[in-house]
Amino acid sequence: MTTVARTGSRRYRELNGWFFVGPSIALIGVFMAYPIVKSLWLSLHSGQGSVMKFVGAGNVERLFSDPIFLIALTNTFIFLIVQVPIMIVLALIMASCLNMPNLRFRGILRTAVFLPCVTSLVAYSVLFKSMFSYDGLVNSILLKLGLISEAIPWLSDPFWAKVVVITAITWRWTGYNMIFYLAAMQNIDKSIYEAARIDGISATRRFLSITVPMLKPVILFTTVTSTIGTLQLFDEPMNITNGLISDVTLTLSLYIYKLSFRYVPNFGYAATVSYVIVVLVAILAFVQFYAARERD
Amino acid sequence: MKNLPETIRMACTYVFLVLMAFLSLFPFVWMMIGATNTNTDVTKGKISFGSAFFDNFAKLSELFDVGQIFLNSAKIAIVGSFFTLLISSMAGYGFEIFRSALRERVYQALLLSMMVPFAALMIPLFTLLATADVLDTHMAVILPAVASAYIIFYFRQSTKAFPSELRDAARVDGLKEWQIFLFVYVPVMRSTYAAAFIIVFMTAWNNFLWPLIVLQSNELKTITLAISSLGSSYSPDFGVIMVATVLATLPTLLVFFAMQRQFVQGMLGSVK
Repeated sequence: MTTVARTGSRRYRELNGWFFVGPSIALIGVFMAYPIVKSLWLSLHSGQGSVMKFVGAGNVERLFSDPIFLIALTNTFIFLIVQVPIMIVLALIMASCLNMPNLRFRGILRTAVFLPCVTSLVAYSVLFKSMFSYDGLVNSILLKLGLISEAIPWLSDPFWAKVVVITAITWRWTGYNMIFYLAAMQNIDKSIYEAARIDGISATRRFLSITVPMLKPVILFTTVTSTIGTLQLFDEPMNITNGLISDVTLTLSLYIYKLSFRYVPNFGYAATVSYVIVVLVAILAFVQFYAARERD
Repeated sequence: MKNLPETIRMACTYVFLVLMAFLSLFPFVWMMIGATNTNTDVTKGKISFGSAFFDNFAKLSELFDVGQIFLNSAKIAIVGSFFTLLISSMAGYGFEIFRSALRERVYQALLLSMMVPFAALMIPLFTLLATADVLDTHMAVILPAVASAYIIFYFRQSTKAFPSELRDAARVDGLKEWQIFLFVYVPVMRSTYAAAFIIVFMTAWNNFLWPLIVLQSNELKTITLAISSLGSSYSPDFGVIMVATVLATLPTLLVFFAMQRQFVQGMLGSVK
């Protein structure tokens, strides 16, 4: 049967097509397209509430002389540059271990490392906060083992607070990314590994020269989604280190929230900061896609 | 690197995986132990069960109407999931079955919108809902999430496997397009719906930033908001907080164990 016969006349198809996709397009138009354009418009204005005046690039100039913005930007980049690679490497190693032939307890081990990603971001943040409190579990274990001589102020020290946030995010998302790699690895032809093994190529070499290149699209996908996620980091710094009060783990999203809903609201400037995230997502996604294509 | 003997390599693999599994599971154990201990014991790092669970629960009930916040979270997650699945699956179906050049272009734009960070939307969304005078309602939490580009994409990908013979047969039987969708497509695609449901339900149940902005009244707040406000109080009571985190985690944990296969399928849907 031809396509025409199956889906009827052109008019019929048009009518039904818009009937099915219409509601979604309307909702995305109102709750996504309109806000993103409005944000851009807002970013060219400054002022409070309805007394907004046009400032053009004034908000952008303000960004560079705003020390708090620079802290938020630096922190966000630290999280991005340190956390994403650690997590992706760890997830790859986990997946290739779980993909080994003859592995026993595979199901239980896989479920265990995957389980963190069913927790809500707020709930696990608070759990980490309790474990890393000053006289808390982690400090007392480290003290007992003699690894440190005095308790570490995990949640208030600018360096250690970032370590806790990075540890927490890694705990929550490594298993999630691992599942993508594991699924992709199961699609790789086993005979390639057999041939390499017979040729006496080491396991590390097999991992780097067979597994990683075969997984490139999936690694790219997870890198892009993790980058987008990390650039928007909010729940963890907010709930692990009292983000509303302390700036040790201030991120761009947290700063936007504070600018809009905690300080005297300046929606124009807050929208400008939010566009920094938009631009960063666009640039980094482009760079990552480009880098992946280059190596082909 | 030298080629290690098989047995040593296998041993290293087990040690590594067991360590990772332990680290992954420990916070869950810590949470359950903490729920039974007093605040002092939790902050001291006590790792054995205590007897303060009912005290903690009672304290939590004094601070929040536990049943109410649990119901609020459930209502937002379930009502939100229902509409998201309905609207977004219609779109995924429509884009795939009734193709046209214009709709393809709209679809491309839709996919691009997945890259837009929420932070760039929240201020205009807030002022929009303030103008419509629906702030501080559950509808304001649910509505912006109903049309999800990701779920539309997921349904469109899955619709490619929907047998066209079924559509043809239904049309010969004289069914209208909306009837084909509702009575043929939906039942046939139920495992796709199950997988999408898990993703949407979890996202809505765990959502924090948007409800934080929109909901002001205590009787409307969700369980994640309750946990956050307990955790950021001047002197947080971690025993009480742990009871709340157990309550927040149980539903998603149950969904996970009941539908583990669909859960993973839903996650992977985007890359297949």
